[in-house]
Amino acid sequence: MAEYSALSLLANALKGNKDWKPAWRKPDPKASYDVIIIGGGGHGLSTAYYLAKEHGITNVAVLEKGWLGSGNVGRNTTAVRSNYLLPANTRFYEHSMKLWEGLSHELNYNVMFSQRGCLNLAHTPAQFDDYARRGNAMRHLGVDAELMAPAEIKRLIPALDISGDARFPVVGGLMQRRAGTARHDAVAWGYARGADRRGVDIIENCEVTGFLRDGDRITGVTTSRGDIRAKKVAVAVAGSTGRVMRMAGVETMPIESHVLQAFVTESLKPFIDTVVTFGMGHFYMSQSDKGGLVYGGDIDGYNSYAQRGNLPIVDEVMSEMLALFPGLGRVRMLRSWGGVCDMSMDGSPIITAGPLPGMYLNCGWCYGGFKATPASGWTFAWTIAKDEPHEFNAPFTLDRFHRGLVIDDKGQGANPRLH
Amino acid sequence: MLITCPYCGPRDVIEFTYQGDGNRERPDPASQNFEAWNAYVYDRLNPAGDHNELWQHSGGCRAHLRVVRNTLTHEISSVAFARGNHAPAARRKSEDKP
Repeated sequence: MAEYSALSLLANALKGNKDWKPAWRKPDPKASYDVIIIGGGGHGLSTAYYLAKEHGITNVAVLEKGWLGSGNVGRNTTAVRSNYLLPANTRFYEHSMKLWEGLSHELNYNVMFSQRGCLNLAHTPAQFDDYARRGNAMRHLGVDAELMAPAEIKRLIPALDISGDARFPVVGGLMQRRAGTARHDAVAWGYARGADRRGVDIIENCEVTGFLRDGDRITGVTTSRGDIRAKKVAVAVAGSTGRVMRMAGVETMPIESHVLQAFVTESLKPFIDTVVTFGMGHFYMSQSDKGGLVYGGDIDGYNSYAQRGNLPIVDEVMSEMLALFPGLGRVRMLRSWGGVCDMSMDGSPIITAGPLPGMYLNCGWCYGGFKATPASGWTFAWTIAKDEPHEFNAPFTLDRFHRGLVIDDKGQGANPRLH
Repeated sequence: MLITCPYCGPRDVIEFTYQGDGNRERPDPASQNFEAWNAYVYDRLNPAGDHNELWQHSGGCRAHLRVVRNTLTHEISSVAFARGNHAPAARRKSEDKP
């Protein structure tokens, strides 16, 4: 397997880059495994990696319907943050943040994690008070947060319309400096390579078509490449959760699938060196290392499994961008795309054993799954290996909705399109 | 996406407000059946394919509508007034693969 270092880069450059080895094997599926993970996205791959690394379980297959990382891990806007209000979320996402901070070194793969900060803008005094409350809640649990006044924000983001004339004047903001962005494809590739070199089989173009059962118990899967048995079958399929769970006979879930669009502009010179979010709508933007402005807004708002959205949201996102950055009016949008998000009923994820014997479920990431990639895999691997949750994912059960233990960070109620 | 309002004719989706999953049946307000309430509030069929849903023509005649829309193609196969048209009696059980 390929090892990466400054020396190997130089040596390969001198030899015309002809000797690079593939980063992971392309094995055929075996007849059985200890663990099957359905879904070769960020969460499935990180689960496989931590199963092998932390728990010594290496007889594992990751089954991916398309090619590796073709779903949401390659479709998000790459923001990483842990600025939540409720303790369950803060602890979980802060654990993720700590894993991010060591990830490139741990994987020997540059995931280009850049702690450039994430600034939530406040546009009313009440919203500023609300951010102060959230910042205090974060600091109470040891997460960095600082309130910013408009003058400091102006210094940080000169292009922002911070004049009193703006439609929604900026009255302050909440900054998490340790937040930032990461190269999303590299995260998938790095985890894939790390899992593969520990013995995990990553099987692409292998669509799961059903489950093998022994009574209630799940004993394996049927796939487009034959039947595969396993003691434990883990599901990490994000927006396709409803479809996959229906194959297992689970008709209803506390989840709706919605489409979220994202956009990138042509490359610009350095324009903004942080992640900024709009407080009077739903808009967030950062600048990639290539120079494109990467941004997005709200989900389209109705159930959708189509990986494409509609024009009203495009219009809304552009309006919000121009409300913050009037100077971007002439910038051309390069690409737009959509990803299918598993919107849960309280805006928080589900990482749990069950709901059927032999099955493990990881879903409900809404549109915030990318930043959770390390901790999602880490806690899911723990749950699969030990058949009990780690304290970080113990609150994220499937039955919390029926038991009145929802974790609703935004207080929106059981309305998935508002989370 | 165009929705053909029975009063107003085909109109852009921007005139409409999504009211959510139309497969759910609200229990009788006096019901103390917690499972039925939990199912109404939290559980969704979330099909990949035809989906029964409720919309309101909020930017037009304000009628509440029952719409069948395909979640894979966004194609709308039927629109009717919500009044008098209750949720389908039996929840769809079939596999929703296209």
